[in-house]
Amino acid sequence: MKKGSMAAYRWSVVSRVLAAALGGYALASALTVLLALIWPLPKSQAVLAATMLSFTLYAVAVIWVFSVRSATRAWLGMLIPTVFVAALCWVLQVGGAA
Amino acid sequence: MKEGFRQSMAWLHTWTGLVVGWVLFFVFVTGTAGYVDDEITRWMEPERPLQVRVDGVERGPMIERALDRLEQVAGNAKSWTITLPHTSLRPRGEQGLAIAWEDLPERGHDYGRRGSETLNAHTGLPRQEVEPRETGGGAALYEMHYVLHYLPYDVAIYIVGACTMLMLLAILTGVITHKKIFKDFFTFRPGKGQRSWLDAHNVISVMALPFFLMITYSGLVFFLFNYMPAGAAALYGPGKQQERVLIDELFGRDKREHLPASRPHVALEELVQRAEAQWPGQGVASLTLSQVRGEPARIDVQRVTGGSVNVYDPVMLSFAADGQPTVYPDKTHGPGKVHRMLVGLHEGLFADWWLRWLYLVAGLLGCGMIGTGLVLWTVKRRNQHLKRNAGAALFDAYGLRLVEVLNAGTLVGLPIAVAAYFWANRLLPVGIADRAAWEMHCLFLTWGWLFLYAALRPLRKAWLEMAWMAVAAYGLIPLINALTTDRHLGITLVEGDWVLAGFDLSMFGLAALFAYGALKIRRRWLKADAAAIQAGKEALA
Repeated sequence: MKKGSMAAYRWSVVSRVLAAALGGYALASALTVLLALIWPLPKSQAVLAATMLSFTLYAVAVIWVFSVRSATRAWLGMLIPTVFVAALCWVLQVGGAA
Repeated sequence: MKEGFRQSMAWLHTWTGLVVGWVLFFVFVTGTAGYVDDEITRWMEPERPLQVRVDGVERGPMIERALDRLEQVAGNAKSWTITLPHTSLRPRGEQGLAIAWEDLPERGHDYGRRGSETLNAHTGLPRQEVEPRETGGGAALYEMHYVLHYLPYDVAIYIVGACTMLMLLAILTGVITHKKIFKDFFTFRPGKGQRSWLDAHNVISVMALPFFLMITYSGLVFFLFNYMPAGAAALYGPGKQQERVLIDELFGRDKREHLPASRPHVALEELVQRAEAQWPGQGVASLTLSQVRGEPARIDVQRVTGGSVNVYDPVMLSFAADGQPTVYPDKTHGPGKVHRMLVGLHEGLFADWWLRWLYLVAGLLGCGMIGTGLVLWTVKRRNQHLKRNAGAALFDAYGLRLVEVLNAGTLVGLPIAVAAYFWANRLLPVGIADRAAWEMHCLFLTWGWLFLYAALRPLRKAWLEMAWMAVAAYGLIPLINALTTDRHLGITLVEGDWVLAGFDLSMFGLAALFAYGALKIRRRWLKADAAAIQAGKEALA
């Protein structure tokens, strides 16, 4: 590999690691909240069940990040669903409170 | 990124495994020791008497004597507990007669002061416990597997948590990488260098795969609200106070006001007999007496634990103060049961002796999986490195050297350091201040010194010499024990104290394991050198 393409490769790996660690965590967190809100169980049990499952969600997200073609795609794949799920949680919570 | 899904996963497997390998090895070594923490503690407190069963004391009067003592020392208690002599799992071993209590909480407090005493079954008076030497025991080893050492608790659990998450990823990607997982399991090509390390890594990993998945996932579940606070924070609000509310809702801490526990009108012996009739062959472990204000007093008779992964909610029969059987609503729920099961499987407290050995073997296989994986990384790169011309990638050379030193220093160094912890227990003067802390310092000083040793010696020499050091470190423990205490094999084997004898014999076993390893790598290297010389000769000819 040439020097320039090697550096580009290294940066894309760094970007992907961050997408997995931070983006994946954000997505797993949002999904955990969503599951806790919609799981048909008493509140505390739904939180427990969703949180126990969260590590699976995180793992799947990370694996996905490292399986797509580009780092940009990986970032988008984490951020768009996170925003969408977070918005859905917000609607559910505000709607539930109203 | 690499082409293809499987290649990407192989890449992820390699790097997630490497960056946390050493921490995980430490976690697996200390965690595996944790499966015999009670036994290690007994060995490290040689002043305690050999195990004795309390037999032949009439139970009825014995319970009454325990009640006498509770009335004396715990007149204002939220609950009284009487433990009857039995063979228990938690802690493991023979339990004598004992009492325990929790005082009524003071205003504004959640819990009251707790107390406990072991009693002489014949007299009902507190037994004079021998004062053992100050030691961290097995508990200190076990705790390190999740709070490490020399680090604040809050920092340590997050470090271990991050490493555990990466381990989960390493396991999942490892499975994905091996498309022929079952075929690989039956493939072992000994004496083939890199291939042999790969095969060994595969065989070990697949052999105990369910254990590794279980132990990793349940490890995360232990601190789940620390690692993934989003759900709790969103539904209960952020902060420790809110988390308490959630935990109380989940696991139902009894916050109702209690009256002081008192001697019941009914003879407890009668209730014990009725409970025993329901649990043939298992027997009664303990009795708990309590009374919520405005309700009749309650007597719970707990069965000896066993036969279930959940050892946290003992099987019990409840009676009212007049001896009427009473059924209280079952507050357990699905997610709570799953949580209990995961935690129960991880801790393995339910395991009897056979299963405990299996846990130990699985734990050691975990050490083997991590160890072979780390070595494999260096063997692969060393081969590639030798093929390229020297000096082409100085950075890679340093990286390789660093990993090689860390590998030798950890994979052989840490086990020797643990042996040093046992040596320190026997050799440090009994009276010195902070003795338990110094036992631990000995472990880490030894480990640090061995890192230096691995860095300063030629790599092969470092591995071989340290392997023989490990043989000596473990093999000599029973001898040092014999020279410094009267709890050595000559006595423990004769008396049939299999916990203490088992510890010494296991040390011999570990020494034998390291000797086998040392001989094996020496033979391999001699063979490889001979082959290289042969190749050189042929090239010259």
